[in-house]
Amino acid sequence: MKYVDEFRDPELITKAAEEIRRLADPNRDYRLMEVCGGHTHAIYRFGLKHILPSNIELIHGPGCPVCVLPMGRIDDALSVAKDPDVIFAAFGDMMRVPGTNGSPLEHKARGMDVRIVYSPSDAIKLAKMNPQKHVMFFAIGFETTAPSTALTLQRARAEKLPNFSVFCNHVTIIPAIRAILDSPDMRLDGFIGPGHVSTVIGCRPYEWIAKNERKPIVVCGFEPLDLLQSIVMILRQLQSGEAKVENQYKRVVPWEGNRAALKAMADTFQLRPYFEWRGLGFISQSALRIRDEYAEWDSEQRFEVPGIRVTDPKAAQCGEVLKGVLKPAQCKLFGKECTPESPVGALMVSSEGSCAAYYSYEHRKAALVPSPVALA
Amino acid sequence: MCLAIPGRIIEIAPDNPRSALVDVVGMRRRVDLGLLEDDRPVAGDWVLIHVGFAMSKISEADALDQMRTLEMLGESEAAVQEVRGYGLEEVEEKHSP
Repeated sequence: MKYVDEFRDPELITKAAEEIRRLADPNRDYRLMEVCGGHTHAIYRFGLKHILPSNIELIHGPGCPVCVLPMGRIDDALSVAKDPDVIFAAFGDMMRVPGTNGSPLEHKARGMDVRIVYSPSDAIKLAKMNPQKHVMFFAIGFETTAPSTALTLQRARAEKLPNFSVFCNHVTIIPAIRAILDSPDMRLDGFIGPGHVSTVIGCRPYEWIAKNERKPIVVCGFEPLDLLQSIVMILRQLQSGEAKVENQYKRVVPWEGNRAALKAMADTFQLRPYFEWRGLGFISQSALRIRDEYAEWDSEQRFEVPGIRVTDPKAAQCGEVLKGVLKPAQCKLFGKECTPESPVGALMVSSEGSCAAYYSYEHRKAALVPSPVALA
Repeated sequence: MCLAIPGRIIEIAPDNPRSALVDVVGMRRRVDLGLLEDDRPVAGDWVLIHVGFAMSKISEADALDQMRTLEMLGESEAAVQEVRGYGLEEVEEKHSP
């Protein structure tokens, strides 16, 4: 929980909060979804809920790549990595994500060669350092990280690297938003659009949300003031009956996105016909696979992959939380069987997962928080 | 993984225009510039880095803003850890005999 004067621009924060109060019609409620996991983390960290009027509810969206990855994908990759000649390389965020028989870290403790890399290009370096072994890079992320994997694939192919491949789990944000809007139990009034994903894809891909669904969407930065300003922009649109795409994060996000990144992605990836998302089920054309031209560097084409499917534990209600139907604390396992120290569901693993964020900033500190914080 | 870390380009490799030596949160690391082919940065420019790749050029003021954002989000330590790991520094330390 943060007090307003701890923010960088307390005056601007207070002004934005006052503007939100002025714009919000007290006779209705507002349900706004922040799509990106980074925003979810920021919202909890800064305690924005305590600044917003009670009729504005922020629904946490599907934009945490670790959280939406089905357990079967981890099991699949770990089954390939059972081969003692294979090194399993992944970002640190993946290491504690549970598979059916434990996380990559637990497999490491049992003797599997598991390494953390901080960049996909370091997975290539790892392959060069270990020529007698095969390095499988477990790639994960939305359009923010997919271009880096794309360049890494291009480089592996250009260098004809024999002992490197990518186990590709990249997903795309637009089909996930579409699936959420199509979900019958979901009512949303507007979107806080992802920041860094938009650096790559730009703002145009969101236009259908405004045009066809008549919902405002504002691409947003990660500071508390960014979030409050974006909410002001959404409320202004709602007040005037408009629905358009706006860019609050102009200092980083160009309207057209990053063409070189999109080109690298188009060269190396194609859309999968469908892909399973944890909590959301199968979504058509929502994920990337590696093109056949790069088959030699595609773990799934190179190795026997069992194609494991795991149903989430029945008691865990990750799907409902992910769609915003339930609040994290309303899940039966929250804070009991499922904690950041021993997560049952993926939303509790990553700091960008809504359950982990809620646990760290609301649940744990609930007893200490004077509430609500008065602004004026 | 989803951190955007600002860094300032010190020099671009003479034999590889896609590889730059970058000062990131006080450490010098190699960063890939391949995603900025359309708008190539030069030495002295600030870039936002994701997983070892420069993703966008930004102004110095925005770079300082971004550092503050990481601090506010409690992520500056994670950023330092990520950057320290670039180039397998950590991995080499851990696995060298």
